[in-house]
Amino acid sequence: MIHSPYIRKPASVQRVMGTVLVALLPGLAAYVWQFGAGILVNLALASVAAIAIEALVMRLRKRPVALAVGDLSAVVTAWLVVLSIPPIVPWWITLLAVIISIGVAKHLYGGLGQNPFNPAMVAFCALIVAYPALMSQWPGAGQLDFAAQLDLILGGARQPDGITAATALDALRTGMRSGASVGTVFSGNSAFGIAGGRGWEWVAAGYALGGLILLGTRVITWHLPAAFIAMLAVVSGLFWLIDPAQHASPLFHLASGGAMLAAFFIVTDPVSGATTPRGKLIFAAGIALIAWLIRSFGAYPDGIAFGVLLMNICVPLIDMKTQPPVFGHRGGNS
Amino acid sequence: MRSLFRFHGGVKPATNKAASTSEPIVKAPLPPRLVVPLHQSIGGTPHPLVRAGQRVLKGELIGAADGNVSSAVHAPTSGLVTAVEPALMAHPSGLTMLSVIIEPDGEDRWAELDRLNYKSTPPDELRDFVRDAGIVGLGGAVFPTHLKMNPGREGRTRTLVLNGAECEPFITCDDMLMRERAAGIVKGTAILRHLLQADEVLIGIEDNKPEAVAAMQTAVRAEGESMEVVAIPTRYPAGGAKQLIRVLTGIEVPHGRRSTDFGVQCFNVGTAYAVFEALTCGHPLISRIVTVAGNVDRPRNYEVLIGTPMSDVVRLSGQRTDTTRYLMGGPMMGMRMPGFDVPVVKATNCILVASDALFPPPPPEQACIRCGECARACPADLQPFELYWFSRAKNFGKAQEYNLFDCIECGCCAYVCPSHIPLVDYYRFSKSEIWARERDKSASDQARERFEFRNFRQEREKEEKAAKLAAKAAETRAKLATEPAVDGAAATPAADAAEDPKKALIAAALARAQAQRAAAQPKNTDNLSAETQAEIEQIEARRRTTGNAPASGPAPAGTGASAPDTQP
Ligand code: SF4
Ligand code: SF4
Repeated sequence: MIHSPYIRKPASVQRVMGTVLVALLPGLAAYVWQFGAGILVNLALASVAAIAIEALVMRLRKRPVALAVGDLSAVVTAWLVVLSIPPIVPWWITLLAVIISIGVAKHLYGGLGQNPFNPAMVAFCALIVAYPALMSQWPGAGQLDFAAQLDLILGGARQPDGITAATALDALRTGMRSGASVGTVFSGNSAFGIAGGRGWEWVAAGYALGGLILLGTRVITWHLPAAFIAMLAVVSGLFWLIDPAQHASPLFHLASGGAMLAAFFIVTDPVSGATTPRGKLIFAAGIALIAWLIRSFGAYPDGIAFGVLLMNICVPLIDMKTQPPVFGHRGGNS
Repeated sequence: MRSLFRFHGGVKPATNKAASTSEPIVKAPLPPRLVVPLHQSIGGTPHPLVRAGQRVLKGELIGAADGNVSSAVHAPTSGLVTAVEPALMAHPSGLTMLSVIIEPDGEDRWAELDRLNYKSTPPDELRDFVRDAGIVGLGGAVFPTHLKMNPGREGRTRTLVLNGAECEPFITCDDMLMRERAAGIVKGTAILRHLLQADEVLIGIEDNKPEAVAAMQTAVRAEGESMEVVAIPTRYPAGGAKQLIRVLTGIEVPHGRRSTDFGVQCFNVGTAYAVFEALTCGHPLISRIVTVAGNVDRPRNYEVLIGTPMSDVVRLSGQRTDTTRYLMGGPMMGMRMPGFDVPVVKATNCILVASDALFPPPPPEQACIRCGECARACPADLQPFELYWFSRAKNFGKAQEYNLFDCIECGCCAYVCPSHIPLVDYYRFSKSEIWARERDKSASDQARERFEFRNFRQEREKEEKAAKLAAKAAETRAKLATEPAVDGAAATPAADAAEDPKKALIAAALARAQAQRAAAQPKNTDNLSAETQAEIEQIEARRRTTGNAPASGPAPAGTGASAPDTQP
């Protein structure tokens, strides 16, 4: 028997996920433009693998397969994984990433809506720990043509001797370790572009544009990206102002690595994130803080993934402590 | 311009109101049979005053209010009472309810009517009059109106809010009433204002009803009243009493509290009109405006006699053949009717004719992705998905902690949910489970109390027996003591010897009984009953905060589970 309400907004998980995919397109376009089409190979591979794994797991769990595959959530996860890891990783790394994110991080916890950890970030962390070398071979802008990229992707784990340049974050880290100041590191390295890493600033801009699409279609609220960006800018800005020789500028932090991807697409994963308005602010700010700490003082060039996982753990507590007051129970109500 | 406030959330479904407002209200013809349920308001069920075979006149009292929290029921037309028997209620439960079945004689002859001049009548009498005229909240909550005609504690009401918002899609009965009978509404409002001693009157109407706003403004001016007609933004559920009060005054009335505690009282426009009709024309509430919309050829508003079978009304609008069911109310909060011939009752603001094409069954339910859409839509500022998780896990304590009972079941959350989860169903389930448990608990509390009282009584009886025995023994002893003087000393030692062990026994029993009484009495009467009392009070308090006393019977049609003063 059907009860009220009898009408529903034409909304669906499929529509939400589809919007996310569309919103990723500007960033993806910039990516291909700056770094070549190799990423598309991994993206296609990951998408097919994601659908296959999702279907397989749903069949094993005796759940409706078509519904789960049709909601596109697996494809979104696959895209986010691929966009988080270097574009020229060998195909089996991509496959592994999809298996970890969808098979383990999502379905081991009960499937859509049940996973406490961000599946894409689980895969990223697992792989960067297991394959640190492969996971840090980022190509420079315009450095490899498509054939070379294809060769790397399909040819297995050949060591990319000297093929890839250090990323901006990497270069900064190595430079700083050797005692140079930020200024000298920047001026002496082709990895640095206008704002962040060369070419990456365009990708970041593309992601930001996609973020606006998500905000405009109300798939996400402003809280998460705003808190993430604000926190990253404030904390990096503070140290930059104190000692510009030792710390990179906020603009550099925001335009480098996966900051924009994270701000609009990663920390906004609804399932594993905080849900209350205040909780979202705390959650995203926490990720930004941890990411900056790891970037500045940690063992990995970028720390967003670890920040996400660490804050995922805190979500139940954050949500519990930030329940908004319900109607009529607000303070100051006469 | 008055500055308005906003309430959180809300949704904007297609209003679908144009079709039923193109034609004026028309009287529905007399049906061949009227089924008038006796219980049509919150509170006690009126006693039937008529028997089968009796003739009644239009407006004649056929059910007297049962106590003060109840409302009278009248014959909608003149005719013959063919039966007083249970009949199917206008409620999804499919339960039956004692109803008076009347076969109209076609003459529609009025009984003798009472009128009242409200200005010269003491308030108590006025309230009784309104109760006996059977007037209840016509917005759908059917709360007896006379109970709300009280200035709050301070003897004054700051704001009287008249609810003409009518936010549910499809429903237009209030809209049409305001367009056509604005003067009556304003006059009725003046009466309510007089009783409430209200400083200001705000008439809230959603701004998608400009004709109604204009009509009401004209009527207010024509009547020379100082009332303000306020057009409010169209957003469901702006017509919920609490949401409307919030929009107009900025006050948020918390769940379980009465708006009068905050100096505000709210009536539906239809209710104000009914008050006017009752006092100035003497007409008790025997008909109401009903919107017929949905799967019909000519949606329209009808003035329908209470007790008219719904199918008789829908027929006038041309019911389409693929009709599957009727809903009472709108598509957001309406209730599915158990049959096509259930009677129109005082709560029936709309008969929404449904088909699978018009209201298709929702797509399959998917997992909650915690997207928070529901929380953004919730006018009660709840976290619907948390309530959903707790309800699903049958973690009712947690659900209550997350303010389950503040949920007004408006349906906004389910309306927006991309996973198509029937969220409100989960809340209804949880609420009914919690009520059932509390009922069980209070029943078992009563049983325990009864049991403990019996223990106490048995104890007391034992003591009394012992005391009686002791008294008797003492008596015998006294008798024996006097006897030697008559019979000689020889008998005494023997008697004493026989008496002594007995005496010792009795003394011991007495002492034991006394000790027991000392120990037992406070235990059985004071302590425990205080404990029980505390428990009872706790339950009561909880119930007060949840605002839901366990229903003594099936809820009357149209009450849903919202607070009594909610008139969405
Ligand atoms: S709208 Fe539906 S899917 Fe989204 S959080 Fe609420 S219940 Fe979950
Ligand atoms: S039905 Fe309850 S939980 Fe859902 S939006 Fe309405 S008040 Fe909020």
